[in-house]
Amino acid sequence: MIPAAFDYQRVDSVDAAVAALGEHGDEAKLLAGGHSLLPLMKLRLATPSVLIDLGRVQELSYVQDRGDHIAIGALTRHHVLHTSGLLATDAPLLAHAAGQVGDPQVRHRGTLGGSIAHGDPASDLPAVLLALRATLVARGPEGNRSIAVDDFFVGFLETALRPDEVLTEVQVPKVTGQGWSFQKMNRRAQDWAIVGVACVLSGTAAGIGLVNMASRPLRASATEAALAGGASLADAAQAAAEGAEASADLNASAEFREHLARVLVRRALEESAAGGRSAARV
Amino acid sequence: MSILGNRVLRVEDPKLLTSGGTYVADVRVPELDGAAHITYVRSTIAHANITGMEVDEARQAPGVLGVFTAADIDLGVPPLLPMFNQAMARPLLADGVVRFVGEPVAVIVSERPEQGADASELVWPDYDPLPVIVDPMESARDEVLLHPAAGTNVVLALTYGEDPNLFDGCEVVVSEDIVNQRVAVVPLESRSAAAAWVDGRLWQWSSTQNAHGVRDVLAGQYGLDPAAVRVIAPDVGGGFGAKIGVTPEEVLLGWLARRVGRPVRWSETRSENMVAMGHGRGQWQKIEIGGRRDGTVEAYRLTILQDGGAYPNMGALLPWLTRVMAPGTYVIPRVEVASRAVVTNTTCTVAYRGAGRPEATAAIERAMDIFAFEVGMDPVEVRRKNLIPADAFPYTTATDAVYDSGDYEEALDRVLEGAGYQELRAEQARRREAADVVQMGIGVALYVEITAGPTAGSEHARVVVDVDGSATIYTGTSAHGQGHDTAFATLVSSRLGIPMDKITVVHGDTDLVERGQGTMGSRSLQLGGSAVFEAAAEVITRATQIAARLLEVTPGEIAFDDSNGAFRVAGGDEPGVGWPDVAGASKFDGTPLAASVDFQASEPTFPFGAHLAVVDVDTETGQVRLVRFVAVDDAGRILNPLLAEGQRHGGIAQGSAQALLEEVCFDADGNPVTSNLADYAAISATELPSFELIAMETPTPINPLGAKGIGESGTVGSTPAVQSAVVDALGHLGVRHLDMPATAERVWRAIQDAPSGKGA
Ligand SMILES: Cc1cc2nc3c(=O)[nH]c(=O)nc-3n(C[C@H](O)[C@H](O)[C@H](O)COP(=O)(O)OP(=O)(O)OC[C@H]3O[C@@H](n4cnc5c(N)ncnc54)[C@H](O)[C@@H]3O)c2cc1C
Repeated sequence: MIPAAFDYQRVDSVDAAVAALGEHGDEAKLLAGGHSLLPLMKLRLATPSVLIDLGRVQELSYVQDRGDHIAIGALTRHHVLHTSGLLATDAPLLAHAAGQVGDPQVRHRGTLGGSIAHGDPASDLPAVLLALRATLVARGPEGNRSIAVDDFFVGFLETALRPDEVLTEVQVPKVTGQGWSFQKMNRRAQDWAIVGVACVLSGTAAGIGLVNMASRPLRASATEAALAGGASLADAAQAAAEGAEASADLNASAEFREHLARVLVRRALEESAAGGRSAARV
Repeated sequence: MSILGNRVLRVEDPKLLTSGGTYVADVRVPELDGAAHITYVRSTIAHANITGMEVDEARQAPGVLGVFTAADIDLGVPPLLPMFNQAMARPLLADGVVRFVGEPVAVIVSERPEQGADASELVWPDYDPLPVIVDPMESARDEVLLHPAAGTNVVLALTYGEDPNLFDGCEVVVSEDIVNQRVAVVPLESRSAAAAWVDGRLWQWSSTQNAHGVRDVLAGQYGLDPAAVRVIAPDVGGGFGAKIGVTPEEVLLGWLARRVGRPVRWSETRSENMVAMGHGRGQWQKIEIGGRRDGTVEAYRLTILQDGGAYPNMGALLPWLTRVMAPGTYVIPRVEVASRAVVTNTTCTVAYRGAGRPEATAAIERAMDIFAFEVGMDPVEVRRKNLIPADAFPYTTATDAVYDSGDYEEALDRVLEGAGYQELRAEQARRREAADVVQMGIGVALYVEITAGPTAGSEHARVVVDVDGSATIYTGTSAHGQGHDTAFATLVSSRLGIPMDKITVVHGDTDLVERGQGTMGSRSLQLGGSAVFEAAAEVITRATQIAARLLEVTPGEIAFDDSNGAFRVAGGDEPGVGWPDVAGASKFDGTPLAASVDFQASEPTFPFGAHLAVVDVDTETGQVRLVRFVAVDDAGRILNPLLAEGQRHGGIAQGSAQALLEEVCFDADGNPVTSNLADYAAISATELPSFELIAMETPTPINPLGAKGIGESGTVGSTPAVQSAVVDALGHLGVRHLDMPATAERVWRAIQDAPSGKGA
């Protein structure tokens, strides 16, 4: 449980981080909350030779109202998302889901940017951003670029970020007043989801993200399309696992995951249609 | 008024909860100055011949003081327990063959811990793979032998009765194959030890439950007189049975310290702990039960296949205890038990909280449930019909256990009343009627277990009163979380009238405590506490004689006041003398005021109780939630309800965890797949309801305290109660049995496959 030797470098701005990445190439890893990266390093499954610590980059920690959307800095901790008044009204799904991540210790250290950049299909917040149709902003040597969330998750622990880019911001369209639901089925409160579903619903327009149903965070496109085509909630939910490539592991077979996806998507749609959880219950 | 029976707060807690304890890795003493660090290189393959090992690169690595393999070690192979097949003995480092993933193949001594971790990646063993046996059933076929010299994979076979006509005359006979799955022990403090040679003596600091036991093993291994070995157990962060024995990693430390000429320290990582310390349970059981349609049980047979892991350890012996407790709380005229323990290419199995008795209880309680299911009666009524009656004690069972005292029906009544059993059944019926998605299950288990056994136990204590009026208690038991300091100080305080804060409890140091057998099998209070209690009484007798001399009367005229420790002339109003006076006079005479006692019990004791669990089962997802847990635990007279409840809480949590969540798994190649706390689902508070604890005290005649053991009751009763509740939730679908743990997928599949499942 002792990581391999590495050099440690602390930066105080995004530009400094980008410069450091440029200098060290893919030998380097950015360090945010460390709650995904450090366990891998302790098991020596990751052995970066340089860690670039973003922890003091104050400019990356914020939740701001930008009119039609909320902008969130990449270094914003899960706990801050969970307790943000702005999110509670304009994107309650995100605030609620952030409160379901791990345990209090994890939520006080882990960051939104780290959760997204890690590209883990078992993470909760990528599915939430899929449901909310978020936009991600990355900065590299050439400056900022925006990436639609649907283009971001490429494969297992693989994202559209380039080795010399820092994820700086997540932009979430306001879904004020829309029905929403977050269904997370896990063994213990602190665990990752066996299967999870993030959902927003407005009329027949739904955004549904799935946790742990493929090698990357996945959109339940078939269900969304069925709803748009006028299917009932229950019928649309039957399509939840279409296009999924669920894996089998200690906690569930692929077949059981597909079953869970259908049940949880149906429950998510029903809860959303019933108005969803009220902001007060976030 | 005596403080016995009161909720005296734990004197250990201010330290443990604020500044923290001093565990082995925290020990800072001159004898360990300059200690080197030990790292074991572990097998990554479950069964293979070692055809070579490249260590030169590791030897050259920064900070490395030495790298050793089996060929270098000139310590003997520790002998197995005498009843085991000795050809299966475990070498200290794998010698030519590895038999489980995690077995040490080499050891590195380095200046700093991280240097050892780095160097361990530079040791290159060459493995020639052998067929891997993970399944005990496959092992029992003896087609692939793990220890060819033994000629078999069977470590130990025991039979108790072999009557082919056992079930003759029974109207109903039912049987089921069930698994009491392997679980991890997960102490908060993983194994940790340090060794130094001090003036020719071996000093070993050890995270152990039994310092004197460690001393004797080390003395044997190093050919030393036990007096030439000092073992010190500082604060110990949990053991649960897995820290009773001494593992090879600990035995080697003295050799390594001598070899490099420096003291050494070793602390395993959590990942190592999960594969190398030892696991609990691991019994494949066949239960057969027969009786009459009116619910009377007449015969029971339990057939056990115990997974011993790669080398025989305590686990291979536990079916013996399972056998003793097989009939549980019931009058069963005919009982048979047959067991075999076999080796597999997995981590060794060891004692784990309950050690053999939870396995017995789980089996008989499942048997009662399936019998009730078959005859169509309420499982509670079937149990009640067969309980050993309260007037039958002492009661000798069909397996020759002599239960000391008990009132099982009273325990059952109290748990049913406390839980509101009839209302629960009504609510269950309502949900079944309405075909609710979330169904309710109710599980009731009765248990009786054996503590301070399996044979008549003894323990040592010494109580000393000093000239300043303070007292010191030396006990041969060894605390690792239970609260011995509080319990024993309370005993002495109540007897001697010395305030708690002037009493010190010393344990776990073989130089300070003359003899001892440690803490295991729920023995400490009833044996160690009885010894302390009697030693305190003897101190009073001696002190009374001294006080009589000081007050110039006969001892018979002295009245001792245990509320303030004053010796007075009976009937007089003179102030008399106190502990400082009598201790001072004793010292002046050249002997300290002290008494040593070795308390000898005539028999083990048999605590019992009734547990009731209520679960919600989501029939669409298979998810199970434990919503209520009601427990009656009778461990005889209770010294301190707070300590007893602490033991019950922890035990119930661990026992419920086995039913709900926990299982150690290996893949077909013997690779552990639950070797960290993300994959292995150790339970936490969020998965548990607040327990509803109901008190009951039926004293035992076996010791002066009237106390039985409470440390393991929780894991004995709760596992079958929770398991039974899960099955009960699906009973209306025709489900009769479900193995543990009740994972969502297992429950969902049971619903899919049920005779009247609805295929949600
Ligand atoms: C016990 C435990 C339980 C957990 N349970 C859950 C759970 O239930 N649900 C869940 O979703 N997650 C869970 N997590 C993961 C947790 O949410 C992590 O905090 C999160 O996944 C990663 O965020 P981080 O800030 O810790 O990232 P880090 O570990 O610091 O980094 C993760 C990866 O992202 C990269 N990275 C970080 N920030 C940036 C950036 N701004 N730009 C580019 N790359 C970046 C790093 O280089 C690294 O590769 C759990 C973690 C633990 C330890």
